[in-house]
Amino acid sequence: MFDITPTEWTAILLSIRVATVATLVATPLGIALAFLLARRDFWGKSLVDALVHLPLVLPPVVTGYLLLLAFGRRGPIGAFLADHLGIVFAFRWTGAALSCGVMSFPLLVRPIRLSIEAVDRKLEQAAETLGAAPWRVFFNVTLPLALPGVLAGMVLGFAKAIGEFGATITFVSNIPGETQTISSAIYSLIQTPDGDAAALRLVVVSAIIAIAALIGAEMFARRATQRLHGN
Amino acid sequence: MLRVDVTKKLGEFSIEATFESEGRVTGLFGASGAGKTSLVNMIAGLLRPDRGTIAIDGELLDDTEKGIHVPTWRRRIGYVFQDARLFPHLDVRQNLDYGRRMNALADDPDQRKRVTDLLDIGQLLDRRPGKLSGGERQRVALGRALLAKPRLLLLDEPLGALDEGRRAEILPYLVRLRDEARIPMVYVSHDAAEMRQLATQIVLLQRGRVSSFGGVKVLSPS
Repeated sequence: MFDITPTEWTAILLSIRVATVATLVATPLGIALAFLLARRDFWGKSLVDALVHLPLVLPPVVTGYLLLLAFGRRGPIGAFLADHLGIVFAFRWTGAALSCGVMSFPLLVRPIRLSIEAVDRKLEQAAETLGAAPWRVFFNVTLPLALPGVLAGMVLGFAKAIGEFGATITFVSNIPGETQTISSAIYSLIQTPDGDAAALRLVVVSAIIAIAALIGAEMFARRATQRLHGN
Repeated sequence: MLRVDVTKKLGEFSIEATFESEGRVTGLFGASGAGKTSLVNMIAGLLRPDRGTIAIDGELLDDTEKGIHVPTWRRRIGYVFQDARLFPHLDVRQNLDYGRRMNALADDPDQRKRVTDLLDIGQLLDRRPGKLSGGERQRVALGRALLAKPRLLLLDEPLGALDEGRRAEILPYLVRLRDEARIPMVYVSHDAAEMRQLATQIVLLQRGRVSSFGGVKVLSPS
């Protein structure tokens, strides 16, 4: 039962790659946005907040279709990126990473925002009185103190990204070796006769990845919290 | 020399304070709610006056008419808060070194030794703030502010969060600081006894207004 075939391995490794890239690219953006939402008041803030959360409430197929319209070869953004920077998203694994990143973004941002809101601003003031410019206050005080939340956000985002299905399959389809992630592979296997055993194997693998991510996050968060509150 | 002439409205409450101080330790004295902390926050740049000027040694830090507001991090004014505010993720050594790093000052082992000796914190260097007592924390906060080599040191009720015994533990350090470190200080307190021991000049603050100004005798019951 546990002979994982090369095709299945391909899907597993692709999923991990897609989710890792999505998380790593989304994290700095998520931190920047979480900081703005937590600490700044600006015109259109609630609109930005709503936009971030949109992928959570829209049907995934809608998000996928919108991505296709915008980032497809003929989409305004997609055409520009392809012509000027040579970056193509449509029907490529990079597109899968983009859709996973977009779909997981609200889950990534939320814990980071909460943890930044929880950082004691008095400590930031203390850093300022010691001569720290605002960007150094952020990197020396705010970010390290918000680290447990950042890690939690990254893990939630990663878990969401690795399981993303609807938007990804709509945007970049289900091409083995290019855009076929674990989820879309399971979907295909369920559609084929005699695919049950293979599907089940992938189900087990995705469960293992998810649980490992959760345990890892818990460990990181505990260590980070300890670091913050004395040895 | 510190020159302050500001007004600031904070909800129902307003501050209108004018004073000039040459003393080594300017005591800012008044009941709680008199506006002492807001005034000190304005000197530190954490709070912006609605109108007026703040200057140290002739350099304008705030001038609302000229649109001057030097940000806190460029003022080189040290601040010791009532609640120490040590960085919990850094050990004592890193806390002490923070101001030197931020101001890109050259490493000065002599000064570091003088300050750690003065405050008796040499044995705490490897600890985290979470493992310190209240009095130790306040001493480290004092050291941290001093090692940033400020041109003025603000102390906002540095003994306020401590019990009687701890106060008695810290007070001698403050006296030593006044006599040995050549940094002018603004000392905020509502405790007349503390003021008598430390201050060389008193600014008496009542409901946001300076009600008297002068030597320590201002404090005598009348």
